[in-house]
Amino acid sequence: MPDSTALAASARWRTVDILTCAVIAVAFGVVFWAWNFVWAGLEPTLAFLPPLKGILYGVWLIPAVLAPLIVRRAGAGLLTEALAATVSALLGSIWGLFVVYQGLVQGLGGELAFAAGRYRRYGTLTAVASGALACFAATLFDVIAYYPTYDLWAYKVPYIAFAMLSGAIVAGLGSKALVKAMLPTGVLDRFPAGRERARI
Amino acid sequence: MIPVEFRGFAWRHAGRRAQAVTGVDLRIEPGERVLLLGPSGSGKSTLLAALAGLLTEDSGEQDGEVLIDGKPAADQRDRVGILFQDPETQLVMARSGDDVAFGLENQAVPPSRIWPLVHEALEAVGFPYGVDRSTHALSGGEQQRLAFAGVLARRPDLILLDEPTANLDPEGAQDVREALRAALAETEATLIVVEHRVAEILDLVDRVIALGPGGSLLADGPAEAVLAEHGEHLAAQGVWVPGVPLPTHPSRDAGEVALRGEALALTHPGTGRPALDGVSFELRQGELLAVTGPNGSGKSTLALLAGGLVRPTGGRSTVPGEPRPLHRLPARRLATRVGSVFQDPEHQFVTPTVHDELAFGPRQAGWPKARIEARVAELLERLRLAPLANANPHTLSGGEARRLSVAGALAAAPQVLLLDEPTFGQDRRTWGELVDLTADIRDEGTALLAVTHDRDFAAALADRELVLGAGRIVEERRR
Amino acid sequence: MTMALASVCDARAPIARANPVAKLAAVAAVSTTALVAADWLTPLLLLAALLAVLPFTGIRLGALAIRLRWLWLAASTVVAVNAIFAAEQTGRLLIDLGPLEISTGALIDGTAIGLRVCVAATAGVLGFATTDPTDLADALTQQLHAPARFTIGALAALRLLPLLGAEWRQITSARRARGLEGGWNPLRRVRLFASTMFALLVGAIRRAGRLAAAMDARGFDSEIPRTHAREQRMHAADWVLIAAALVVCATAVAVSVAYGLFTVFA
Ligand SMILES: Nc1ncnc2c1ncn2[C@@H]1O[C@H](COP(=O)(O)OP(=O)(O)OP(=O)(O)O)[C@@H](O)[C@H]1O
Ligand SMILES: Nc1ncnc2c1ncn2[C@@H]1O[C@H](COP(=O)(O)OP(=O)(O)OP(=O)(O)O)[C@@H](O)[C@H]1O
Ligand SMILES: [Mg+2]
Ligand SMILES: [Mg+2]
Repeated sequence: MPDSTALAASARWRTVDILTCAVIAVAFGVVFWAWNFVWAGLEPTLAFLPPLKGILYGVWLIPAVLAPLIVRRAGAGLLTEALAATVSALLGSIWGLFVVYQGLVQGLGGELAFAAGRYRRYGTLTAVASGALACFAATLFDVIAYYPTYDLWAYKVPYIAFAMLSGAIVAGLGSKALVKAMLPTGVLDRFPAGRERARI
Repeated sequence: MIPVEFRGFAWRHAGRRAQAVTGVDLRIEPGERVLLLGPSGSGKSTLLAALAGLLTEDSGEQDGEVLIDGKPAADQRDRVGILFQDPETQLVMARSGDDVAFGLENQAVPPSRIWPLVHEALEAVGFPYGVDRSTHALSGGEQQRLAFAGVLARRPDLILLDEPTANLDPEGAQDVREALRAALAETEATLIVVEHRVAEILDLVDRVIALGPGGSLLADGPAEAVLAEHGEHLAAQGVWVPGVPLPTHPSRDAGEVALRGEALALTHPGTGRPALDGVSFELRQGELLAVTGPNGSGKSTLALLAGGLVRPTGGRSTVPGEPRPLHRLPARRLATRVGSVFQDPEHQFVTPTVHDELAFGPRQAGWPKARIEARVAELLERLRLAPLANANPHTLSGGEARRLSVAGALAAAPQVLLLDEPTFGQDRRTWGELVDLTADIRDEGTALLAVTHDRDFAAALADRELVLGAGRIVEERRR
Repeated sequence: MTMALASVCDARAPIARANPVAKLAAVAAVSTTALVAADWLTPLLLLAALLAVLPFTGIRLGALAIRLRWLWLAASTVVAVNAIFAAEQTGRLLIDLGPLEISTGALIDGTAIGLRVCVAATAGVLGFATTDPTDLADALTQQLHAPARFTIGALAALRLLPLLGAEWRQITSARRARGLEGGWNPLRRVRLFASTMFALLVGAIRRAGRLAAAMDARGFDSEIPRTHAREQRMHAADWVLIAAALVVCATAVAVSVAYGLFTVFA
């Protein structure tokens, strides 16, 4: 049996890789779509507590970290995050095409951490960095598109900082924990991540 | 028309220590029509997956060779078509025509030739709708026909069918078999079909191969000869040999009413027609009520409403001693009064191992530890799940998963038990064990309702039968 | 809560029939212009143009209103918050309540951002609500030469979308049957919600594996380039649509420049 590095190295995506990313994107597209309502409903109150608003952010970035942790291929985060955003737009998002732009930006942000590890490192540190970077990219887009007139130090910087914290914890550690919880279910058996499972 | 050969083939699924099949040596000649038999878990699905080139090196470990026309199966995918048991997961596209065209596009058939081939395949299987029909708006039997059209359109030289009628009502299954027969008459392809219920499929095949546990060869030869010579031996090994009598368990007298459904009705939001339309019935201690009827007639809906798992839009379901209708009971309380087995076993699993799944109900009911362990051990043994005690329920074969979900609900012997298709995908031996277990708890006084397409099961155990059609009771029979 | 992707428009309307890639280009042009312009006039003109297109999309007004029902709330908070948190309050002071002060300058800036959100939302609905995902995937592969394995794979996954809702209901009732329910205890509720979500996700990934097997069994991963049963073409009308979108964007910017209002975000 090929070891996990050899599996990761083969360039061609298998159909399971594509479908797994796409299905994660569809599932999270629905979550995004629901989260859009939570966000829009809470926004009037949260607007005055920028840090808290940032904290809610991490949920939007989970696919960007989760997909690469499972399929371990270059571009998985970008593909999954952008597709999830597109699904939420297809379901009807008030952010229109911006949410697709945002998905691309977030996916790219998350991808940076894995690229920095030359797509060989999939540990906790990489996951946390990926979550934080994805959130950084996302909130940077927010600040430019939706809150350009805000005060830099009173709002923009704390907003981004808290969102990055949320990304690191919810998306980074959260995805790592999800993968760990999925191991015994056997769904990861065909992926490098699943090789670490004990045999029964 | 191509020959197929297994040479010392063995396969171990990733995550498993034991091999699913070991040392299989088989040769199937071009154009042969073969029925593959064997107990549940013996590796039939695994062999078909190997022929379809779906056992890639990342999903497990292989020994030996699988050759199609002298070449490894993985390189021959274009010449093989496979139809699985579950229609839903093999449809790919949103529109029926697109789904059939999908396989042709992958073969790089020129666009101008695709649509004639699609129409031809749809006609061959008797698909009753146009190409724009949404694949979601099809019944199980129609989905299965469509999937088969998708297989046929590619003109495979080797056709593989894995329990193609398992989820269908007897009429739907008959329809699909007719479609298979008509389509097979048109082609010369080699055919391998896996099916537990031998009688129905026998006239489609000319050779029978019976496997034992782990893929060992029990019998092989022309259909009639094999069944005549080895019939008894095969029946003992778990094969449904036609003509071998099945057990019956006549019940003692029914007791008090244990569950009462009053004018139960449910209309799904956004649909005009009610899924269930005012069904009333009584269930007594120590009896088994069979609920039958075609696909989509509301049987599963009835089981859900009767069990208090879904809020009805009309009517109520009650048990004696509980003033509130079941759907308003807290779950913990409900679970001690009524047990339910779902149509799709996988939805029911809440623990990570087979063992814990069986221990779950008794634990909730507060049994002492020693009694739980004894009960779990007994069930594992009787249902042939003992080697899988530590496996994850989701990695089981179709039949194993079904047995586990039924056993999990039986384990704590609740006062009322509602079963949805308890016997699909079983070999004769495990079927018999399930029937015996069900009879045991019935005779201990449990009231049972069983939704089933399995006429043998109803014949063996039912005292009364409720026939549903389009959400209403069409007939009530007493046996 | 239905999650069907059934399009909410009349399929024969001119915009609904346009090539999805052309629509995407038009929506992208308008949205991007709105994103870049920071004044209030440009997005206002774009919004007017979008409303003028509405009759050609075949979208029923009721369906549009439902899709946009959260927009007003979102847009007005964006206006308010931008006005309140503005780095500097310029122009005449409108409200002065100690720490809370809003000036005309800040309010106008806020309104500009609010209009930007309105443009993005409206353009998005006009584009997405009139497009069938199958057509979109076909057009992406045929016109933009996106890799077919990825677009078709995504499309196949999208077909599972309506099943997710049904699956959620089944998992919930199966758990109820086994005595698992949140009841009134909020902590238990949250834990059960999380575990149901997890079960849904695991089930979805398992389905992905089975679907992948079914697709491979029908030759999806063969190396030969696949053909297309449903041909998507760029017709003259599609080029006109793209050109019209570009002209609208250019005009909006030009008018805004002529009035001396046009600014770009810095
Ligand atoms: N994905 C998997 N991961 C691990 N083990 C598996 C997997 N699929 C099947 N198995 C195991 O391999 C063995 C053979 O399974 P297979 O599905 O081939 O049996 P089968 O003969 O088709 O049974 P059935 O009649 O119940 O469908 C079983 O013990 C099963 O538990
Ligand atoms: N979530 C839903 N939304 C709308 N309609 C539904 C839903 N679930 C089931 N139905 C419809 O309700 C009817 C009854 O379904 P039910 O599952 O009870 O049938 P069944 O008799 O169990 O069929 P089968 O033999 O195939 O299991 C069917 O027509 C089905 O299409
Ligand atoms: Mg099987
Ligand atoms: Mg049913």
